[in-house]
Amino acid sequence: MASVTFDHATRMYPGGERPAVDALNLDVADGEFLVLVGPSGCGKSTSLRMLAGLEDINGGRILIGDRDVTHVPPKDRDIAMVFQNYALYPHMSVADNMGFALKIAGVPKAEIQKRVEEAGKILDLTQYLQRKPKALSGGQRQRVAMGRAIVRSPQVFLMDEPLSNLDAKLRVQTRTQIASLQRRLGVTTVYVTHDQTEALTMGDRICVLKDGLLQQVGTPREMYDTPANVFVAGFIGSPAMNIGTFEVTGDGFAKLGHARVPLSRETIAAIKPEDNKHVTLGFRPEASNIVASEVDGAIPVKVDLVEELGSDSFIYGSIDADAELASHLSSGAGDAQIIVRGDPRVVPMKGDKIWVTIAEGQQHTFSASSGLRLPG
Amino acid sequence: MPQSLQMTTVSPDPALLDLPWHIPLAEWPASILAALPRGLSRHVVRFVKLSGRVIAVKEIGESVAYREYELLRDLNRLGVPSVEPVGVVAGRRAPDGEPLDCVLLTKHLAYSMPYRTLFSQYIHPETGNKLLDALAILLVRLHLTGFYWGDVSLSNTLFRRDAGGFAAYLVDAETGDLHEHLTRGQREYDLEIARVNIIGELMDLEAGGVLDESVDPVEVGETIVARYTELWSELTESESFTSGDRWRVNARINRLNDLGFDVGELTINTTADGTAVEIQPKVVDAGHHKRRLMRLTGLDVQENQARRLLNDLDTYRAHEDLKDEDEEFVAHDWLTEVFEPAVRAVPKDLRGRLEPAELYHEVLEHRWYLSENEKRDVPMAEAVGHYIETVLRHRPDERAILGMDTATLRAIEETSAMTSIDIMETPSEFDDVPMLRPIEEDEWRLPEPEEGQAKTAESAAVKPPAAPGRTPSKAADPVKAATPKPEPSKPVKPAEPVKAVTPKPEPSKPVKPAEPAKAATPKPEPSKPAQPPSPAPTPQRRPILRRDKP
Repeated sequence: MASVTFDHATRMYPGGERPAVDALNLDVADGEFLVLVGPSGCGKSTSLRMLAGLEDINGGRILIGDRDVTHVPPKDRDIAMVFQNYALYPHMSVADNMGFALKIAGVPKAEIQKRVEEAGKILDLTQYLQRKPKALSGGQRQRVAMGRAIVRSPQVFLMDEPLSNLDAKLRVQTRTQIASLQRRLGVTTVYVTHDQTEALTMGDRICVLKDGLLQQVGTPREMYDTPANVFVAGFIGSPAMNIGTFEVTGDGFAKLGHARVPLSRETIAAIKPEDNKHVTLGFRPEASNIVASEVDGAIPVKVDLVEELGSDSFIYGSIDADAELASHLSSGAGDAQIIVRGDPRVVPMKGDKIWVTIAEGQQHTFSASSGLRLPG
Repeated sequence: MPQSLQMTTVSPDPALLDLPWHIPLAEWPASILAALPRGLSRHVVRFVKLSGRVIAVKEIGESVAYREYELLRDLNRLGVPSVEPVGVVAGRRAPDGEPLDCVLLTKHLAYSMPYRTLFSQYIHPETGNKLLDALAILLVRLHLTGFYWGDVSLSNTLFRRDAGGFAAYLVDAETGDLHEHLTRGQREYDLEIARVNIIGELMDLEAGGVLDESVDPVEVGETIVARYTELWSELTESESFTSGDRWRVNARINRLNDLGFDVGELTINTTADGTAVEIQPKVVDAGHHKRRLMRLTGLDVQENQARRLLNDLDTYRAHEDLKDEDEEFVAHDWLTEVFEPAVRAVPKDLRGRLEPAELYHEVLEHRWYLSENEKRDVPMAEAVGHYIETVLRHRPDERAILGMDTATLRAIEETSAMTSIDIMETPSEFDDVPMLRPIEEDEWRLPEPEEGQAKTAESAAVKPPAAPGRTPSKAADPVKAATPKPEPSKPVKPAEPVKAVTPKPEPSKPVKPAEPAKAATPKPEPSKPAQPPSPAPTPQRRPILRRDKP
């Protein structure tokens, strides 16, 4: 096991206008489960393939442990791409299916047996090791395939969207299995996904990329509570954050149409001239309250859809009634839309008009010019 | 519940609408299925008869289905040997409304065989060598076009006979990616995946008792790496020489042609003082012989078959003393007077047994051995008749393998129980068994004598052990490649074309006619300017894959 370091690692495709991965600096700790996440084209898969040795590195370097692997061929990097080799061979016992790669590598028989037995224990397959794969259930067979990667005891596991081909139910089930197995094994793992929910539920830490640039690295909680910029704020969290450009008033409020949110002195102090007295302000669906119409700062919302989840309900509404708000606020549901968490026991009907305020102190404020998080 | 299907297809066929899309593929009725041996797949795959052709239907996730469909279309456009996509069917639902997986449709590749069928039919080490040659060429071609496969294996490849060797076709592009250029890392990793997968597949055959015990899976796996590396170097590496050795430019081009590649672009750099030259092929296109034969005759065959037919054409030209005739005219005469009569002589009911070009290749082989055996020049017509009766009639039909001897059937049934699963595969999938129709009584024929187990001296002479066609990677041997000319020292068969495509016999196989004499006296081809023998390193062909026995 080992740490992984991207040190200003850059990948520029021939003929490309900008690097696919631009001077990436990232430290993955020994035993950590790190998830690379971002929209398509953000450079997450490219970063993983750089670590695997499948992409040339045009600048910077990559280390596994203390070893500089920048120019080391893939097979000599001591990594395992998990779920690349799915084949289970019917005539070979489960133990042989798990250990055949070691046999190829010339590992002594006793050592193979030892490693296979250890993996069998972790995977709960001990009593099946001498059987043929045909005798196993589907889930057990999956574990044999995982066992094949495990017995090689690689320094790092790499997984590139391993769940993308599964239906929703299996995806949830499998992501839990992978996460718990990784914790038991304690092998450093780098995992790529475009799905922020997968990232939040699986990773020890998450690394968000966009346009080849690192946006933020942190624990799921940090990413959710203190997004470093507007992009991360909008990308992490489901349903997504409501985000708009607000004007900063002389009396310390951020104002947009009916909406008024008090800003802290710290925040106001951090606003720069180039922000032109504006901030980008976001609030999550749960950072809003449904209030009576006369409450100061209440936003009029027409209910389009209510998503009931039992424990929660999410109200999807349009804010057309407030033209200024409508043209500057958007949510995960689109422009001029807002998503609000409501009390599941008091659910408005489609077409109802409700009034919503932004919960004080729960907003996220970002510089209108740079998009970076403002303090306070 | 009504289903609204979305069909994306390159060749709209209304019959597609009649297939039972509301039923999970694993439960489709046998009446609409074609009984073909199936390769290993992570997914449920069935062959279906549709408007007189056979298509393969594979259940996979929607995004993957569309992705693979597009990739296969791209590969087809780029001329890489791969299965042809037919379409994608999405939006399937069971009658109770339960959504069903999307399916990807591809054309069944006629005359193709999964490696397990080949191994269970021809349990000979040389078969393994030939499959590997074919796979190495396929991998090089894929890599030249920028395709990273990600799951190279024998299971993901189909093989067609190609003048005694095999031509490989990509079947499964699920894990692949098309890039502008592949990095060295991508190529090396693909090759490593190939090595490990092939060894695993052979170890499994070994565990199942289907593999010849002289075959060492690990050594076979190493061989693919060696074959690939040799071919890749020859096709892409630069070479330098002094300006006095300029003939080496042509020598390199000829070597590439012999390997079956055309040079689309070659960079030539000279030093400022003009004393040294460096050349490097930049664009090479596979199919040198295939294109030439196509241009001359209109026949569309595989590379080795084309090489074989062209050699026969050259022989015909020499034999009929048509050297001064235009090549196109000679080709036309050869086609109408030699090739077509031979192929048409095959009774209709036997025509599905082999592709015409492969059949012609076998007839040439047969004729050569027949002549050798009878010490006279057996005429073509006689050779065809003899071949039909003694060989072809006893072959299984290979257009779409239906009838097989029971031993083969058993072997396939056993091996097909092997299934590679997707990590998320459902259990029922794993128990997928092959759909082979019962063998009719009259089909219980013995297969032709296998290599190495010929029953009599006569049959051994008639049927060459391990059809000795050469594959392109072997063709790099300039001595052999440059001898398509009739061998004057062998008066018995003046028009013998076999030599040019016959690899050097192994010393351990005395059955074969003594050839080294021929190879030792190469006669320069009259159509090419005389060249000094190429001093370039010739990729060394490894001996066949046998374990050294004590």
